Amino acid sequence: MAKYDLYRELSRDIEPPVISLENVTKDYVDGLHALKNLTMQIEKGEFVFIVGSSGSGKSTLIRLLLKEINPTSGKIMVNGKTLSRLRENSICKHRRGIGVVFQDFRLLQDRTVYENVAFAQRVIETPVIKMRREVPRILSVMGLSEKMDRYPSELSGGEQQRVALARALVNNPVILLADEPTGNLDPKNSWEIMRLLEEVNRRGTTVVVVTHNREIVDAMQKRVITLNKGVLISDKKGGYSNAKN
Amino acid sequence: MQKISTFFYGIGQGIKNIFRNRMFSLASISTMAACLFLFGVFYIVLSNFEYLVRSAETNVGLTVFFDEGTTDERINEIRALILRRAEVHKVEYISAEEAWEEYKNTKLSPELAETFGDDNPLENSASLTVYLSDVSMQDVLGRYIKSLEGVRKLNDSAGIADSLSGMNKIITVVSAAIIIVLLLVATFLIGMTISTGVSVRKQEISIMKLIGASNYFIRIPYIVEGILIGIIGAAIPLLILRLSYSKVVGMLEEKFSTVLNVVTFLPPERVMRVLIPVSLLIGVGIGFLGSVITLRRQLRKIEVGV
Ligand SMILES: Nc1ncnc2c1ncn2[C@@H]1O[C@H](COP(=O)(O)OP(=O)(O)O)[C@@H](O)[C@H]1O
Ligand SMILES: [Mg+2]
Repeated sequence: MAKYDLYRELSRDIEPPVISLENVTKDYVDGLHALKNLTMQIEKGEFVFIVGSSGSGKSTLIRLLLKEINPTSGKIMVNGKTLSRLRENSICKHRRGIGVVFQDFRLLQDRTVYENVAFAQRVIETPVIKMRREVPRILSVMGLSEKMDRYPSELSGGEQQRVALARALVNNPVILLADEPTGNLDPKNSWEIMRLLEEVNRRGTTVVVVTHNREIVDAMQKRVITLNKGVLISDKKGGYSNAKN
Repeated sequence: MQKISTFFYGIGQGIKNIFRNRMFSLASISTMAACLFLFGVFYIVLSNFEYLVRSAETNVGLTVFFDEGTTDERINEIRALILRRAEVHKVEYISAEEAWEEYKNTKLSPELAETFGDDNPLENSASLTVYLSDVSMQDVLGRYIKSLEGVRKLNDSAGIADSLSGMNKIITVVSAAIIIVLLLVATFLIGMTISTGVSVRKQEISIMKLIGASNYFIRIPYIVEGILIGIIGAAIPLLILRLSYSKVVGMLEEKFSTVLNVVTFLPPERVMRVLIPVSLLIGVGIGFLGSVITLRRQLRKIEVGV
């Protein structure tokens, strides 16, 4: 653990940040800033919480990172690519480096657990042989080996979120973005998901979690970035309450 | 390897889409079929018309009759004069005797013919039949022939040929207009089919976008769907037209054979040789265009949905 942290510290000097925003402003409506002058860096292998009240710009940040929307001004770099320079038809390649999970899971109800996860590989044209190897592997990491042939409606919320996690991770993204991943889960399942996110992070994936869950943020003692009305008001390691000070 | 599996995926999903979206697919296929059926009918009528006009042009020429008492010598002179003209293909001489024999044999019953004995009631009906190589010169030639001395009467087929090509033009314009309207309707309906297909699978598409599927991969099932609708919509009328062509032509030939032995129809192979590739091309083209145009609009509306 300590050794890994040391490695992380060292690599920080060599590798550029995996996510970098410089003076990013986003106005959906002229003059109203959803994000204002946001500058931040997230290094490869970090685990970061993004907190802030509703409407503070957390989802806007995720949309920007996925290049679903473009900033009004400022520069965004993800995985070494400047997003404003990406052409329309390379946006999909950019997104393959980012796994995303949501509060509402977004699973395809007419497909089994296996098919939902395989879907993520199928749509990026992964060879079938590779798919047959990797889908069961990630499902076993998520503890879902027994549920491969079930449909989402037959699963608990926690299990569904694990399927969504498996789908987000099966293509080995550099970054995992989670927008309120525990918003629909009870405490037990929330902790289960957080444990898995930590495990994913330990294996080298950069994890960014948007959450309201004060208890979890306080307990995990990770880096916490706090937004308020589109402005970064705090960025430090520790808990939720700590960040608010 | 990957591209081949994507190809089959596209075809599989495209077929699934057609069944999933049965009502609209059926409407699109029917409109396309109706459109290409009409196109086929127009094409068949027009090409047969043209064939008819062309055979009329070569079969029916000008028939020249002479004043009473015109000598065979003068007739020969006139014949030579006519032959000298560039637009003339061939001139045939039919003597009065031949004309009477022909008339007797084709139009009169043997009993009635007998009553004439050796008399020739068509004594002054020796004629020249003039075949043109350029039918548009018929008027000019007609005027020239009439001006020659000894010419009594001129029967021409200009009327027939003219009205045939006149009708041909009207039919072409009207049918082209109808077909264009129908093609627009077909394109629109295919667009509707594709856009309902897209909206039914909105969630799936937004997940595909989120995961990083290429635009090409997202589009391919819908493009396949559009093309399949086009192919099916073309195959149905082609089949119907091919099967009914021989029957209809057979009926018409039987009905009109006694009246007009100049009426001949194109063999079905010759009609289908043009109709099959053209219909398929229109079907595939409209299917492709209809889906591509709609996709461009519809897919842009679907967001990753963060
Ligand atoms: N599509 C949009 N059009 C206009 N305003 C928007 C849009 N999306 C978000 N906003 C505004 O931007 C601000 C930030 O929203 P959002 O990023 O969704 O916040 P959060 O995810 O932190 O709740 C809010 O004031 C919201 O009303
Ligand atoms: Mg939000």
